[in-house]
Amino acid sequence: MTATVPSRSKATSSSASLQSFLNSPAANIVLPILGLLGFLTIWQILSSVGLIALPGPIQVLTDERSRYLILNPLYYNTDLDQGLLRHTFMSLGRVLKGYGAAAIIGIGLGILVGSNKVMDKALDPLFQFLRMVAPLAWVPIALAALQQNEPAALFVIFITSIWPILINTAVGVREIPQDYKNVARVLQISRVKYFFKVLLPSALPYIFTGLRIAIGLAWLAIIAAEIVMSGVPGIGFFIWDAYQQNYVTEIIVAVVYIGAVGLALDRLVAYIQRLIAPVQ
Amino acid sequence: MQMLSPVDTQHNSPETSSSTQPFLLIENVSKVYPTPKGPYTVLQDVNLAIQEGEFICVIGHSGCGKSTLLNMVSGFNQPTNGSVLLHGKPITKPGPDRMVVFQNYSLLPWLTAFENIYLGVDSVYPNKSEAEKKTIVRDHLALVGLSEAAEKKPPQLSGGMKQRVAIARALATRPEVLILDEPFGALDAITKEELQEELLKIWNEHRCTVLMITHDIDEALFLADRLVMMTNGPAAKIGEIMNIHFPRPRDRERIMEDPDYYKLRNYALDFLYNRFAHDDE
Repeated sequence: MTATVPSRSKATSSSASLQSFLNSPAANIVLPILGLLGFLTIWQILSSVGLIALPGPIQVLTDERSRYLILNPLYYNTDLDQGLLRHTFMSLGRVLKGYGAAAIIGIGLGILVGSNKVMDKALDPLFQFLRMVAPLAWVPIALAALQQNEPAALFVIFITSIWPILINTAVGVREIPQDYKNVARVLQISRVKYFFKVLLPSALPYIFTGLRIAIGLAWLAIIAAEIVMSGVPGIGFFIWDAYQQNYVTEIIVAVVYIGAVGLALDRLVAYIQRLIAPVQ
Repeated sequence: MQMLSPVDTQHNSPETSSSTQPFLLIENVSKVYPTPKGPYTVLQDVNLAIQEGEFICVIGHSGCGKSTLLNMVSGFNQPTNGSVLLHGKPITKPGPDRMVVFQNYSLLPWLTAFENIYLGVDSVYPNKSEAEKKTIVRDHLALVGLSEAAEKKPPQLSGGMKQRVAIARALATRPEVLILDEPFGALDAITKEELQEELLKIWNEHRCTVLMITHDIDEALFLADRLVMMTNGPAAKIGEIMNIHFPRPRDRERIMEDPDYYKLRNYALDFLYNRFAHDDE
């Protein structure tokens, strides 16, 4: 660069070095840590000053109960009194079942609806309507229909996470390029071959979009469902229990668990997507 | 039917082509699409008789129904009136005896070049052994000079290479008719000429009947036995058919030195840009 004005050249060089820092891998580690520290600092100040009644991060770390929870994620006394990791695994197990069922049925129904215009026209408005029903609204319906907490919790996850999978799969099948269909028709490839070599790979990116939205929703739903139902061990129950006993620091530790698990689930599905359906 | 007598053209009545039953016969074909504003006639009274092993190019302005006409041969749609007969039997649906090479290649991007071709071979020859089918695929990849790229997927291939794979896929199933819908339209000039020469070489060896849409008069003069010139739509029909008599095997430089080349070229240009000029051009 050959800028003649010194101040200007200084400005461009400093903005250039910022640019190169932003593109370096270090920026991806340093900046998020700075952001997190800033957030924790503001939270600590707000709670120390008394602007919010929540305990600050330092109290969460020093409080005896929350400290015990952090240091002993796997302790076990009774089903309802156990380490947070154990609670988390209980919740994850439910998500796995409900989400798994939603994935299988959602993809299946999505393919059916996407490849059949009559079904599509008949059912799409219903799906669009049902997907707007919040997970919590399903809880009383699930309890009324199934009578028991555990199956009801699974149903709530299932019904919350099926819609994005179903709708995205249907779109993916509907959007199979005409070219590919024409090729299949000229070659007269069998239905099975068409399904595995054309339909599925073509719709796969859409299916994964649905799966990724759905895993987040499933995790949101299970926490909500467990809080409302109570009595089933899991991280949602844990939060409700801690709230009843006014252990706010415990709740904050559990919330950190929830966020971390949710993030991990999202990344896991994204990773599987990259593995199975790389961007073409 | 126009009563003009051009350099060397013929009228398009099927009777003049041959006394024997033609291989592919397009007879009094019309295609009408219903629209909210009433029926829209794309093609009207199209007659064309094609002999086995002929290389036919179809030229005309966009919207003249060239693709509609070829789609009736490939079987993607059917004429509203009239009939399209192959060996005297009406064409009702697409099939591997009439392979199509699409302008945008239409390769499946998640399959390798080899797998793309294998998919067709496998479907057309269900009784052949896997080894035989693989040999067919390899032979045809070699035919278009892409043996090296067998394991590459379409996104890793250039446009010219993709179209080579598409041509190999089409030829691998030994179609009776090869239908090409502006196959080289998206390619650069040099790749285009290379592919034209390769296509001609392959055709000389295999002699399937070729129907090809083009926008390029030079391409048609280099490749075709006859050039079908369409009038403008709506209700387009075959304006004239030009016989291209250059001896085969053709050499691009030699035919371009032939004085007839420019007569034919100018005649076609005159047809397209004076007599049937596009209104909005």
